[in-house]
Amino acid sequence: MDLSAISPTLLVASLMVAATPILLAALGELVVEKSGVLNLGVEGMMITGAICGFAVAVETGNPVVGFFAAALGGALLSMIFGVLTQFFLSNQVATGLALTLFGLGLSSLLGQGYVGIKPPSTPRLDLGPLSDLPFVGRVVFGHDWVVYLSLILCVAIWYFLRRTRAGLKLRAVGESHDAAHAMGLKVRAIRLAAIAFGGAMAGLGGAYLSLVRVPQWTEGMTAGAGWIALAIVVFASWRAGRVLVGAYLFGGVTVLQLNLQAAGVALPVEYLSMSPYLITIAVLVVMSARGTRRSLGAPADLGKQFHAVH
Amino acid sequence: MLRRTLLGAAATALVMTTGAFAQDDKTKVGFVYVGPVGDGGWTYEHEQGRLAVVEEYGDQVETVFQESVPEGADAERVMTQMALSGADLIFTTSFGYMDPTMNVAEKFPDVKFEHATGYKTAENVANYSARFYEGRAVQGFIAGNMTETNKIGYIASFPIPEVIRGINAAYLAAKKVNPEVEFNIVWAFTWFDPAKEADAAKALIEQGADVILQHTDSTAPQAAAAEASTDGTQIITFGQASDMSEYAPLPRVSSIIDNWAPYYIERVGAVMDGTWESQSVWHGIAEGMVGIGEISDAVPEDVKAGALEIRDAIAAGEMHPFTGPINRQDGSVWLEEGETADDGTLLGMDFYVEGLTGEIPN
Repeated sequence: MDLSAISPTLLVASLMVAATPILLAALGELVVEKSGVLNLGVEGMMITGAICGFAVAVETGNPVVGFFAAALGGALLSMIFGVLTQFFLSNQVATGLALTLFGLGLSSLLGQGYVGIKPPSTPRLDLGPLSDLPFVGRVVFGHDWVVYLSLILCVAIWYFLRRTRAGLKLRAVGESHDAAHAMGLKVRAIRLAAIAFGGAMAGLGGAYLSLVRVPQWTEGMTAGAGWIALAIVVFASWRAGRVLVGAYLFGGVTVLQLNLQAAGVALPVEYLSMSPYLITIAVLVVMSARGTRRSLGAPADLGKQFHAVH
Repeated sequence: MLRRTLLGAAATALVMTTGAFAQDDKTKVGFVYVGPVGDGGWTYEHEQGRLAVVEEYGDQVETVFQESVPEGADAERVMTQMALSGADLIFTTSFGYMDPTMNVAEKFPDVKFEHATGYKTAENVANYSARFYEGRAVQGFIAGNMTETNKIGYIASFPIPEVIRGINAAYLAAKKVNPEVEFNIVWAFTWFDPAKEADAAKALIEQGADVILQHTDSTAPQAAAAEASTDGTQIITFGQASDMSEYAPLPRVSSIIDNWAPYYIERVGAVMDGTWESQSVWHGIAEGMVGIGEISDAVPEDVKAGALEIRDAIAAGEMHPFTGPINRQDGSVWLEEGETADDGTLLGMDFYVEGLTGEIPN
């Protein structure tokens, strides 16, 4: 055992990198669920974003354009879900699951020509002397721009939901679409916008995987990250701040256990490895039981169909 | 004129029906994969084997495959479905499919099963595997020679004999040329999860490893090593299951290539002419089931020559990667001077050799 081999600086830094994809996707899903829509297609939107971002970044040589394309791809895919559930009133759970399957298939089709290619790199920001500070320099000032974007978005989403009029409207739609409709709010339009935003965020998360964290394109590379993002939203009881904590915890468990193993610490690895998935399953079970959902702070009309009669 | 058209139509219909009948005579072969066919590693090579079968037999065979099948109950469902839809032969291509294969095979005595990398057989279940540890010995030799930090990182998947054998073989070969060498082993508990594999590679590199060996299926560790190599230190890796030559000449300096095609063609042929029998096959470099991918120019000439020598000696049967004296991790004697390991012990290997640190998880 040689714990000195683990550098706390690098550990925290790589924890943040590992957490960023699920943080982005979970923040998007938070907004979607706050508007009363349950989109289980996060995994599908993430992987579609991963290939859209990767392909465009490779073709243009510019990762920033790639991230935009990823957001666009995720949002477009989510619109399939949006149209089906909001206009044709299809079941949200089934449609979301179908979206995941569709996204996985579509991405492997789109990704045919991109296996084994190295994407243009997304460098860490160089903040001059700030980046040279011990510990803080690497942990706080030594990341790529997407990590900062995800943190800014986290604050922005908290502010939007809690402190703005538009956020209040979105929450009203999620709590009671009938009351919101009676007040004259455009329930469908608000929900569609939320779904598109969720898709864009999932797409960004996926692109972070394929452009920064791994960085390459491999079929099925999200390997369940979308499901973890879904669980984190519930785990965080629909609050932006707690989503951040949850994502960093999940990211932290993975990175920490790998580092401890590499340092030769005897760990019950098999349990640590399955823990994120066990928590995910437990959370999804809790979520599907109607009584407990409310007490956790779920939007009252989450997953319910809205059909305006007047 | 009209009559002739009618006759023509009838004839076409007749041809079509016989065509349909002919289709039933086709040998139907199913493949169950643990990852996506585009993983660039393990499953990709099995898929190449399937394509070779199609190429070889053309219209005489019909193949079906299902990818990303979890090891466990799901696998049983997939195999049952394949058997019910008329498969004559089913290849189940991951260690974790062993018990599901045995269970389903019992229910379908007329369907033949081939399970990869396991150790159980039945009247209608054969098993086949490759002696990957032979390739691991070549890798260990190159790794031991090339490491500068004397720290070699190893991304392991599950604690099963095949993986433990690989670790031991690589370690023994590396230790032989570099007594200072140290292995850091990380168990990923997955065959395929690019993000996790990349994280594992990064953790190992951050802790000083400059060689990464992997026993997981995706090319993610190669990408992570390429990314980490930019600032002054060069990390080297080896392709796993597939050549992964897109990462050559650096970081990937060589690879172990699984070549299943000849075996798949032979066994499908055996089902066609009715000579299929249950067997246990364990082929290595000599039979061509294990290939050593091109050693890139990043490897010094003498090391490259040494590695090729080991490869050829193993193929010729002049050298065995597990030749005594070798002690177990606890210091007890496993192999006496000059003694070589028997296949039984190798197939059930559940211990580290002396010098490796850490414990094998349960």
